[in-house]
Amino acid sequence: MSTEARKPPPQIALKIRRILGGKAGWNGVAVQFAFAAILGWIGYEIVSNARANLENQHIAAGFGFLRNNAGFDVNQTLISYTGSDTFLRVFVVGLLNTLVVSVVGIVFATVIGFIVALCRLSPNWLLSRVGEIYVEVIRNLPLLFQILFWYLAVLAALPNPRQSISLFGIAFISNRGLVIPSPIGQSGLAPFLAVLALGIVASLALRVYARRALFQRGQVIRIWPSVLALLFGLPLATMLVFGLPFTFELPQLRGFNFAGGSRIIPEFVALTVALATYTAAFIAEIVRAGILSVHKGQMEAGSSLGLSRGATLRLIVVPQAMRVIVPPLTNQYLNLTKNSSLAVAIGYPDLVSVFAGTSLSQTGQAIEIIAMTMGVYLLISLLTSAIMSVYGWRVSRSLGA
Amino acid sequence: MKRVTLALSLALAAGLTAQAADAQTLKTVKDRGMVSCGVSQGLPGFSSPDDKGNWTGIDVDVCRAIAGAIFNDPTKVKFVPLSAKDRFTALQSGEVDVLSRNTTWTISRDTSLGANFTGVTYYDGQGFMVKKSLKVNSALELNSASVCVQTGTTTEQNLADYFKANNMKYEVIAFATNDETVKAYEAGRCDVFTTDQSGLYANRLKLASPNDHMVLPEIISKEPLGPMVRHGDDQWFDIVKWTLFAMLTAEELGVTSKNIDEKAKLENPELKRVLGSDGNFGEQLGLTKDWVVRIVKTVGNYGEVFDRTVGAGSPLGINRGVNNLWNKGGLQYAPPIR
Repeated sequence: MSTEARKPPPQIALKIRRILGGKAGWNGVAVQFAFAAILGWIGYEIVSNARANLENQHIAAGFGFLRNNAGFDVNQTLISYTGSDTFLRVFVVGLLNTLVVSVVGIVFATVIGFIVALCRLSPNWLLSRVGEIYVEVIRNLPLLFQILFWYLAVLAALPNPRQSISLFGIAFISNRGLVIPSPIGQSGLAPFLAVLALGIVASLALRVYARRALFQRGQVIRIWPSVLALLFGLPLATMLVFGLPFTFELPQLRGFNFAGGSRIIPEFVALTVALATYTAAFIAEIVRAGILSVHKGQMEAGSSLGLSRGATLRLIVVPQAMRVIVPPLTNQYLNLTKNSSLAVAIGYPDLVSVFAGTSLSQTGQAIEIIAMTMGVYLLISLLTSAIMSVYGWRVSRSLGA
Repeated sequence: MKRVTLALSLALAAGLTAQAADAQTLKTVKDRGMVSCGVSQGLPGFSSPDDKGNWTGIDVDVCRAIAGAIFNDPTKVKFVPLSAKDRFTALQSGEVDVLSRNTTWTISRDTSLGANFTGVTYYDGQGFMVKKSLKVNSALELNSASVCVQTGTTTEQNLADYFKANNMKYEVIAFATNDETVKAYEAGRCDVFTTDQSGLYANRLKLASPNDHMVLPEIISKEPLGPMVRHGDDQWFDIVKWTLFAMLTAEELGVTSKNIDEKAKLENPELKRVLGSDGNFGEQLGLTKDWVVRIVKTVGNYGEVFDRTVGAGSPLGINRGVNNLWNKGGLQYAPPIR
């Protein structure tokens, strides 16, 4: 016979007492509130005192400057920007530049890191030595030095725009960066994009369906021919009906530089390469540690089931290793994002360079600008760790741990 | 992360002290036994350390003159090298007593930074340097060029204005320090290097083959360079301001570091007033009666300083031009000492 447990009565007051007061009970709660009040008062005093003092010294204060014209230009902007835009827009431009270098850097660092880790673990003597040398050399050299190396060494090796290296006459490499044709939307663009989105969604749905069929009924469905048709066949058919979705504008040498086309500036390339290779060395060690932490019996079990080494790694070992890998991996992602502020050394216009640098000295409002910049880095880092926490939680859940 | 430290110390100073920046700079300097002087990180002619670590340059000599007036000893200066971006925060936070760092006097800097310019040590203007091989003869031919510039300067804004006004396109690559900017220019990252014209000549000396580069004739802006002090201390403001005026007055009266002892003996009323045997202007400044004598003995008059640091007697060899005295066709003019 089983009786259902009675729900305990709601004890909100008790809970508050326990959370805030600990063992001290209500006295503890009172102390906590007093402490919070004192902290708040000190904070208020500091801010108001600072305001008064800055005013006395005639140092401009407040965030009104964000609406003023910046009056300087930036050489890589993801949104349209000219010198007559505001400091707020400079802030957004810098933030986007930081984000793009961080995201691209993180993707490459992860890929390179996994490859190097697998190299180090490989039974092939040469591969594992190459992996080892990579890790030991890269992680033991200062990052700033590596950034300057990629920038100055690569710049010095490249020709000037008038003698640029031509790739089939459509793309050009010079010490001004890589110039590629830029797409210009035509009338067929909207249906093309719609069909492409439809194809991606349908392929993902198909994959979910196939997985479910495999896990629930043990049925193997081959989906790649349909996916191929969805992702390539369908858009191709749309193109035939509606015409080309876009044409390309070819870059042309005019005066000093190339006109037309899109350009990837060398500062971006140097910074991304340096950040990705440097962080990859650390990620490689994290991944290696994670894989080694999985009992070798798992590997043996995989091969006794007749799985290849690659399949065993992919299906059995790596998923279990992820639990160990994710937390330190998050650290590396955060480091990469914060290290991107070294961009200022090579003139890449990131947040620190254009906002905490140029804007600061144009306006002189150090306290506001440094506070905003620090706040943004904190926010980016917290967001990154939140995403990684969710991912880590999913990994643990899928392992049933 | 010097910038963050400076900003933090500024925030702390503003937030925690009851009354910041009262009229205490002279007393602080005397107690410390040193003038703390913000200079550049190395701009030949203006402020740069030699191979023994001695600082030289026209901006450096202004600080030495202040130290001479206060302590009668030109070595009592602590030089703090600052990047263009850090300079104002360093002054605001009290890390330096005077900022003598080829800084352009503008209205926004005079009014919103909590600091004042005390005068003009050097009248400059912004120019462009290009490789001779580009075959460019005028700045108006620079459409679509890539331009290297040091960030946090008036230069950056003048550049944007100039290209916009002349309907030309350009790409700007901004670096934190002067050396990085020059290095990128030399590596071919950009076609043009722009800064104050005196700086172009100074930096050209740093290039591997200076003769392959030329300075274009256009001057696109007014760049009066001068020292800065914090708001709210009028006595210190006066001392820094009149130190420069004393150097100019000495040149005007023909007083040099070599002949000053003879000049002091002359029965000329103006010389007696300036050199301190008549009146007590020095004491009213908070200094000594012989303050001008101390200054001139320390660094020489303005003309001597100019000649030694940026002028004919220096590797830069810049003409006096607009920096000559007012009565010799230039702009340098000191109010009378009387």
